[in-house]
Amino acid sequence: MEIVYNGNQDSRLYKAVIGETIDALMKEDEKVVWLDADLRGCSGTAGKEGDRYINCGIAEANMIGIAAGLSASGMKPYAHSFGPFASRRAYDQAFLAAGYAGNAVTIIGTDPGITAAFNGGTHMPFEDMALYRAMPEATVYDITDVPMLIDTLKKAKDMPGVKYIRVPRAGSFQIYADGSSFTPGKGVVLREGTDALIVASGIMVKEALEAAKALAQEGIECAVIDPITVKPLDVDLVREWAQKTGVVVTAENHNRIGGLTSAVEDALIGMPLKFGHVAVEDTWGEVGPLDYLRERFDLTCDHIARVVRELRA
Amino acid sequence: MTKEQVKKLQEFALEIRIGTVECIKSRGFGHVGGSLSVADLLAVLYGEVMNVDPSNPKKEDRDKLVCSKGHAGPAVYATLALKGYFPYEKLFTLNQPGTDLPSHCDRKKTPGIDMTTGSLGQGTSTAVGLALGDRLQGRDCRTFLIVGDGEAEEGQVWEAAMFTAAKKLTNLVWIIDWNKKQLDGYIKDVNDPGDYRAKFEAFGFDAVTVDGHDVEKLYEALTKKAEDKPIAIIMDSVKGKGVTAVEQTMANHSMKGGQEMFDGWLAELREFDGWLAELREKQAAMKA
Repeated sequence: MEIVYNGNQDSRLYKAVIGETIDALMKEDEKVVWLDADLRGCSGTAGKEGDRYINCGIAEANMIGIAAGLSASGMKPYAHSFGPFASRRAYDQAFLAAGYAGNAVTIIGTDPGITAAFNGGTHMPFEDMALYRAMPEATVYDITDVPMLIDTLKKAKDMPGVKYIRVPRAGSFQIYADGSSFTPGKGVVLREGTDALIVASGIMVKEALEAAKALAQEGIECAVIDPITVKPLDVDLVREWAQKTGVVVTAENHNRIGGLTSAVEDALIGMPLKFGHVAVEDTWGEVGPLDYLRERFDLTCDHIARVVRELRA
Repeated sequence: MTKEQVKKLQEFALEIRIGTVECIKSRGFGHVGGSLSVADLLAVLYGEVMNVDPSNPKKEDRDKLVCSKGHAGPAVYATLALKGYFPYEKLFTLNQPGTDLPSHCDRKKTPGIDMTTGSLGQGTSTAVGLALGDRLQGRDCRTFLIVGDGEAEEGQVWEAAMFTAAKKLTNLVWIIDWNKKQLDGYIKDVNDPGDYRAKFEAFGFDAVTVDGHDVEKLYEALTKKAEDKPIAIIMDSVKGKGVTAVEQTMANHSMKGGQEMFDGWLAELREFDGWLAELREKQAAMKA
């Protein structure tokens, strides 16, 4: 895996990438269908014509149920809404009509966690990964960068079951080279190190790399792993590097309950380790600019570095 | 519809009722009320209306059934068994460990079940998805959706109804099993949705109210070609229809009892001639 992170913001917007990728998939495969809940303007699909773009209106539960029915009829549905509505609002539909009933549905929840920013606490899911992790056979992605998003959207098309993809709409930092290929359940070691392991997903991958860089200045060498999928988690890889380092810190834009932190803790049960986390401390979201929210919820490279130092002290 | 066809469907409905009771009897309890209320509907759908092939249950261009009131599973199972989707004896495995016939319909387990249902309201959206998928793939077939009247208290039902009408999904036929009762009592006492027909018409359906135990009327409504508007059939039915003891029991959503109780019900159903005679009498009176 080629890592191209250089600290510069990617000029591509996630939402534009979603629109372009879905449009290409539609042209390539006549079974692809896109469902939206009055948020086509937020998913990059606005203005794209065709009877396979279905606007369900503001009715997310109905949308996910329709997606399940479309799958049963042989179509390959993608359904989008903001994270809280793609998870909490339509969870029973995703759970039963899609998952339990054996229908293949790709659900895209945009603006996860603090990236909901100015939409505030009502739109700020810190629990979406927890919900989808609790769904048998579901695959849960916390998107790290544009190349991962493109590859994930393409591969999800022909994967069985429920795929939950949480992804911001706005800018990102490129971590992986364009054209990179990812495998669900196979994590990526972004950096090797012997003193601590940071397991980070989504927007926190960049923060983890910055923390590792800062800690290296102090002589603390951190390994950094992006799990790619929070479920299934690459348990073998996480355990291998936990064993090598003895100190593990998770970093996620999500409640510490039920998401990446819980998944890694589960994977490491019984190992003699020092374990810490950088995550939302079981509290509600709130409104504000992204930079403010990063500090408000301690989702920063500085905090990751602090937790690593404390565990090593 | 010829007299012979009517008689055949009435007999099929009776067989479905007997199969339903035998199915529930095998476990000693089950959702009998709402199963018996849809027996005539299922007889008409599977006896005359739907294009299905029991030897090829997954045929892509088949007509499809979504029994959104998934607890009517025993009636659907009896229908499918009688149509030859699986051996009749399988009915006696209802809710047994490892069974293919769970309380609520499951497309992964039971041949002929087109959609998993049970969490009320959800079948409405999945039926929309099936019909939409068939339309997108150019298939000439229809999806029939059975919704409980109590189930219509779920908001999702109306989201799906709105979508069906707004997108002119004329290959989806809605049927409301208007049997007036839900688990806790009469619908009017629990949370009255009001006039179903007016509601569907307001959404943009071609809505009609039909006697849910008159196979001729059902056939007529179910075979009507939808032009510009999707069709909604408000099926005026009796919860527990066909078994007096069930009809007369207030709490008949799910009933439990000994073998003697079920045998009594079956004895009444097996009085075929008498039952049919009563029906004919009623029909003659109506025509007069």
